[in-house]
Amino acid sequence: MTTPFAIELKDLRKSFGKTEIIRGANLAVAPGERVAIIGPNGAGKSTLFNLISGRMSPSSGEVQLNGRRIDGLKPYEISRMGLARSFQITNIFGRLSVFENLRCAVLWSLGYKYAFWKFLAGLADANERAEQLLAMLKLERKRDTLAMNLTYAEQRELEIGITIAGGADVVLLDEPTAGMSKSETRRFIELIRKVTVGRTLLTVEHDMGVVFGLADKIAVLVYGEVIAFDVPEAVRANPRVQEAYLGSVLADAQTAEAGH
Amino acid sequence: MEFFTISMLNGLSYGLLLFMLSSGLTLIFSMMGVLNFAHASFYMVGAYVAYSIARVVGFWPGLFIAPFVVAVLGAAFERYCLRRVHKFGHVPELLITFGLSFVILELVQLIWGRIAVDFPPPEVLRGPAFTLVNSSVDGMHLLWGAAPAAMCSSADAAVRIVCSPFPATRGFMMFIALVMLVALWLMLTRTRIGLVIQSALTHPEMVEALGHNVPRVFMLVFGAGAGLAGLAGVIGGSTFVTEPSMAGAVGSVIFVVVVVGGMGSLAGAFVASLLIGVIQTFAVALDYSVVTALRSIGVTLGPAAADSSFLKLTIAQVAPILPYLFLVLILIFRPKGLMGTRED
Amino acid sequence: MKPPANRYGALGPRDLIVWGIAAAAMLVAPWLFSSGLAVTMLSQMGITIVACLSFNMLLGQGGMLSFGHAVYSGLGSYVAIHALKAIGGGTLAIPVSLIPLVGGFAGLFFAVLFGFVTTKKAGTTFAMITLGISELVGAMVLMVPEFFGGEAGIAANRVVGKAVLGITFGPQIQVYYLLAVYTIVCTAGMYAFTRTPLGRMLNAVRDNPERVEFIGYSTQRVRYISFIIAGFFAGVAGGMYALNFEIATGEVVGAFRSGLYLFFTFLGGATFFFGPIIGAVLLVLSFVLLSEITKAWLLYLGLAFLLMVMFAPGGIASLIMMNWRIAKFGKLRGLLAGYALLALTGAVGFFGVAAMIEMIYHLQLNADLGPTLRFAGVELNVQTAASWLGAFAVALVGFGLFELARRRFALRWGEVQGQIEAAIRAREEPA
Repeated sequence: MTTPFAIELKDLRKSFGKTEIIRGANLAVAPGERVAIIGPNGAGKSTLFNLISGRMSPSSGEVQLNGRRIDGLKPYEISRMGLARSFQITNIFGRLSVFENLRCAVLWSLGYKYAFWKFLAGLADANERAEQLLAMLKLERKRDTLAMNLTYAEQRELEIGITIAGGADVVLLDEPTAGMSKSETRRFIELIRKVTVGRTLLTVEHDMGVVFGLADKIAVLVYGEVIAFDVPEAVRANPRVQEAYLGSVLADAQTAEAGH
Repeated sequence: MEFFTISMLNGLSYGLLLFMLSSGLTLIFSMMGVLNFAHASFYMVGAYVAYSIARVVGFWPGLFIAPFVVAVLGAAFERYCLRRVHKFGHVPELLITFGLSFVILELVQLIWGRIAVDFPPPEVLRGPAFTLVNSSVDGMHLLWGAAPAAMCSSADAAVRIVCSPFPATRGFMMFIALVMLVALWLMLTRTRIGLVIQSALTHPEMVEALGHNVPRVFMLVFGAGAGLAGLAGVIGGSTFVTEPSMAGAVGSVIFVVVVVGGMGSLAGAFVASLLIGVIQTFAVALDYSVVTALRSIGVTLGPAAADSSFLKLTIAQVAPILPYLFLVLILIFRPKGLMGTRED
Repeated sequence: MKPPANRYGALGPRDLIVWGIAAAAMLVAPWLFSSGLAVTMLSQMGITIVACLSFNMLLGQGGMLSFGHAVYSGLGSYVAIHALKAIGGGTLAIPVSLIPLVGGFAGLFFAVLFGFVTTKKAGTTFAMITLGISELVGAMVLMVPEFFGGEAGIAANRVVGKAVLGITFGPQIQVYYLLAVYTIVCTAGMYAFTRTPLGRMLNAVRDNPERVEFIGYSTQRVRYISFIIAGFFAGVAGGMYALNFEIATGEVVGAFRSGLYLFFTFLGGATFFFGPIIGAVLLVLSFVLLSEITKAWLLYLGLAFLLMVMFAPGGIASLIMMNWRIAKFGKLRGLLAGYALLALTGAVGFFGVAAMIEMIYHLQLNADLGPTLRFAGVELNVQTAASWLGAFAVALVGFGLFELARRRFALRWGEVQGQIEAAIRAREEPA
């Protein structure tokens, strides 16, 4: 294989004090793949995201982005290399308007850096891109509302918007549909599918319906190790996965599949 | 030798005083996330209240009553003012304590005036606790209390005798600080309320969910912290000086202590307090400057350089800014502080 | 909600009119208030406006609370005064009118120097570092007399160098117009900053410093560069000060001055751009006028600050904007009675407290003038219980009634807010 993996984890480990949360995780995600990361609570899914995106640095092991090592780098360095992530707990700029939130998120990728000699109003490409995002998220009517005044679902949409605004190739979404109703979730999945066309997607999810509807491959994380990484049918049939889940989640999956 | 011993003891006593103040500050910060800018103001109020009480009934009642008064004031402030501001975030919290420090300063000046007041230590603490007598003939002796004048001078010109007294007030300061330290440690680790406080330090919501009245705990901790500062004030005010600028003088130093020690770390505050206390006490006694240092190694500067007031600065003159230099250095080389735990 | 005519934040005709009026007001003011005292005060307002606006770059726009901003304006003053001396001594050949810029570059230099260490941390620790540096510089004032001039400070004469078009900057009015130009230019500059990528990212850092790192920006770099720019404008204010007062003494870098910037910027309102302008005007008025009326002015100031933090953390600017919004929806008239009642009861309570404070001051400072004093037309006697009890009773009654009025007002306020929210929602619904 000549093209490097979009994301590659090599024996990744992370300890907090004496407790090892990630115990040698291995994963290789090809460019353009959509991967759902599932696992029981406490398996370390958010920690894994934090390690990949630079929020935490690993105790040992490697993280590679498109063939380049990114473990130990600062979040903004990784972000500039084309990886973006969203947060489970909404992390937006509360006192800026929706439009400003999106505009901020595109600035670096368009090369404006720390410029204080240009006016935002005159940056045609930034403004246009922010408008596109606004339309894609269907938040036009809330354009000038302060982000902290949006509804929960709108804030989650904005969260996604900020994540993909910079045009990153690799997108990490941490429980994007957390706390949403069924109908909101359905609409949201459509949105995610639309905005991540052509990009590599890793998403942590608990909702099996989402997982089966969105993912090409599923990675199962149990006690800090990836015990399975395959297409959904293969994962479902995997005895180790069945063992880990004690059948409960699979029952959910069967119900969800029946509902499709 | 005796200079070193006495200076060391003085430095430690000053450091312990700093710790009395910075421990309360650290506790309040660890628990509530608020850096109480008015902490040194509580120190000052303790001194002034004790002074007023001492004028009526004497020093010792003041020692016990004043901290209690300050504690009540602190608790009241937390309950009626600070609590209201919690929801606005950390910056408004810092601002309100800053405003309080200002108001307290003005009120103190209003009630007691702008010049220093005479707040002497009690009779029993007025002399030295002990005296080190160093004779070139007999060696060093330790005498409890003051050494009689006859012992400190020698009729024989060949015999050199140096008497170095260690003030009882300083000794008392160390004693109270250590008692307070032990009591605090025992309370936090051995009592039920201490356990609640320790848990509320890191998981206030959980503690509240378990049925404890966390806002009341906050109020008690803030009040207790203020009371400790008040106690330090009684001792500091009677040992050093009681004047309106005493809050500002010690206030900035304890903030440095807290940052250098590591925000939120009691052990770090302890180490930093002692370190800064000792270094500053020694520095004040040292009369060397860059010029004298160079001269001692045989380098004499030309007249222009030798006249430069910057190079002529003695360590003693630079002593007041040493804590801040320390702060800057720590921030460059070890930004988490000596033993930092909580980042904000 | 209808988007504004300028979709991307460009300046529209309405903005230009506001700026035009403000600039015109500054230029015309000395004609209306022509006494010597007034022109001096106007000059000081210009200086303080630039200083407070630069302070708010850190606080309101960046969420960085600095207890030592006067370090940068003060060091700017010192360097500027030395430059002024050098012009007078013939060793520096720049026009006197550029002295504020010299101050600006000094402020910039020191912000580069100290800012690196200062912006390494955020929040409370940042505030403590600024305090430490403020103490450091303040203590050095007496240590390096060549630069700081010790207790006496450094003085210079601004009537030096070549006079251009007959302008020597001797008369205060000439200085005022120069300072007015600098004030307008600096205010415009700092306003422009808020509309640049860095300015906006500074706001983002204020709101969510962590998220900023995940959209490609280094939070520390954003803060550091903004700190330097704020230091530049603070230095300009310092240079303006040096030119105006022809002297720089230790208090220009002192903690008290830093505290004043903080107090009044916050009082004016840190969440709006024009808030610090209001604060700066109040600062000068308090210093010059209020301090003459009562010796307790600093105490009143501190109490007002405490009340502001507790009840109106957005400052006077936010109060204005809130009522502006209510007025736009046509609901202000219903609140006017409530406001009047609040003002009345508050004034009564305040009257009682102020009487007590003035009596205490009288006891302390003017005891030899006898036991009586006049306060707001009433004669008080510090030795009679009647005066004390009377004042206390007035305060109690006043504040008691105030609390009742406040509760009623709060209900009414809530109603009005609800009506406004409903109106907004109605507008947002699709036709």
